[in-house]
Amino acid sequence: MSMTTVLQVENLTIGYNNHIAVDDISFDVAEGDILGIVGPNGAGKTTLFRAILGLQNYKGKIKLFEYGPDKYKSLIPLVGYVPQKIAFEPNFPATVYDIVSMGIISDKKIVKGGKLIQQCGCCWNRVYKKIDKTEDKILEALKTVGMEDLKNRRIGELSGGELQRVFIAKSLVKDPLLLILDEPVTSVDVESQTKFYNVIKKINKENGITIVWSSHDLDAIKKYANRVSCMNRKLFFHGEKEKFFEDENILKTYTESAMQMHMHDHNH
Amino acid sequence: MLLDVLSYGFMQKALIAGISVAIICSFMGTFLVLRRYALFGDGIAHVAFGGISVGLFLGVAPLWSAFVVSVLGGLGLQKLRSSTKISGDAAVAVILVSGLAVGVTLVSASGGFSVDLFSFLFGSILLISLEDTITIIGISAGIVVMLLVFQKQFLHISFNEEQAKVAGLNVTMLNYLFVVIAAVTVVTSMRLVGILLISALIVIPNLSAMLFGKGFKKTIVISVSMSVVSVVVGIFLSYYLNLAPSGMIVLIAVALLLGTLACRSLGLISKINIQEPSKISHNA
Repeated sequence: MSMTTVLQVENLTIGYNNHIAVDDISFDVAEGDILGIVGPNGAGKTTLFRAILGLQNYKGKIKLFEYGPDKYKSLIPLVGYVPQKIAFEPNFPATVYDIVSMGIISDKKIVKGGKLIQQCGCCWNRVYKKIDKTEDKILEALKTVGMEDLKNRRIGELSGGELQRVFIAKSLVKDPLLLILDEPVTSVDVESQTKFYNVIKKINKENGITIVWSSHDLDAIKKYANRVSCMNRKLFFHGEKEKFFEDENILKTYTESAMQMHMHDHNH
Repeated sequence: MLLDVLSYGFMQKALIAGISVAIICSFMGTFLVLRRYALFGDGIAHVAFGGISVGLFLGVAPLWSAFVVSVLGGLGLQKLRSSTKISGDAAVAVILVSGLAVGVTLVSASGGFSVDLFSFLFGSILLISLEDTITIIGISAGIVVMLLVFQKQFLHISFNEEQAKVAGLNVTMLNYLFVVIAAVTVVTSMRLVGILLISALIVIPNLSAMLFGKGFKKTIVISVSMSVVSVVVGIFLSYYLNLAPSGMIVLIAVALLLGTLACRSLGLISKINIQEPSKISHNA
């Protein structure tokens, strides 16, 4: 079975306020990959994700599921996104169930996207999967992330780790083909981090969802990812994780660049 | 008897129109408060004042001119917020004073304040006509239907606009639709509490409801209930005490808010939360 390229980034450059945030980077992500993106703060990881999600202007090419700009917008609903942190009012009157049900909204878009893919000769039939039983779908997503018992809890009462799992469930209800996680366990305790990573591994294995995930935690990347990208505005490395962790020069470059960025942050 | 007053036609019309307005103000108000548009109602109401003045000046029905000018004001407000770096509260201030200035200028040009204008400023629910009652019921039904259809989308953009965009929602279109519905809600509600007190009905029942710490649907039900209770009790009290209904309605809403705050600080509301069945599982 031939592997499909879920995401292709070609010569991507993003600049704003006379500052280059992402400098001419190219890489691709194959179906079923867990790609760990490492890089220091300010390396452009979040900016890169925002460009992939259509939230940021850029120069270069981004292809989603092998389709370019003309069909790109209608395919974005097939991408789930869990940002580093979602700011909301602590009193926001929504339960875990309410938040996850928001993910169902884009059914029509997904079906539309599915038709689009089929017209173009792609065989991802599961895009067509009709969501007949919305409630079942929500409960199934909550079960996947281990949050079914907290479905009636207000989101303002959840811990950081529980919240991130809720946002993954919100992405899961729309049957995403690609899930983008932007430093999802920052400020989450170690126990919750492990639970979170187990969920990621599970949905990648059982649901076949491709995952692109940024993190500072090299141990977690080593344990859960199969491919690694290392960037600091420019892309230093992209390939199999074994190659990344075996090559001392690459690791040294990453560590030095992280240190430089750390010093730069302190000096400003 | 207490309920004899219900045999009066003016009271029936006031209660029916009042309950309709209570429902749409609190329902729409939930989204306005969540989106930190709490003063949007105030801003649009002042634009409506300009619209009413335009109607009185030109000799056309002031309610309809208020609708047109308020919707345009709402769209202008949204455009100001999205395409400039002017913050939300500053944008509301610009629209609010512009509407008021237009109103004051046109009123002075037409030779001074009229009785009609005062009834819009302070509300005149007991003087409402059958035609106005039917109009209010019809528009309120339309607003409720729109809010029911778009409630998930509005909740999503209230929660996080960026997440809504990624989910595939047309956030720009939804924002414009949102301000149009909000503007129509405000103008429809003017006859009940008047331009100067309209934001009270939008904000206060929702603040009270959110103190209960419930989910989205229950919060809306509590908010609508509190709003309806405020309107009904306010209208009855104003009749028996011979006081202004708009003031009484808002004072009842404020009393309910203070009562809810007191219950919460006494732990009566948090006790309800603790009793909710919610086993905590840590098995991921």
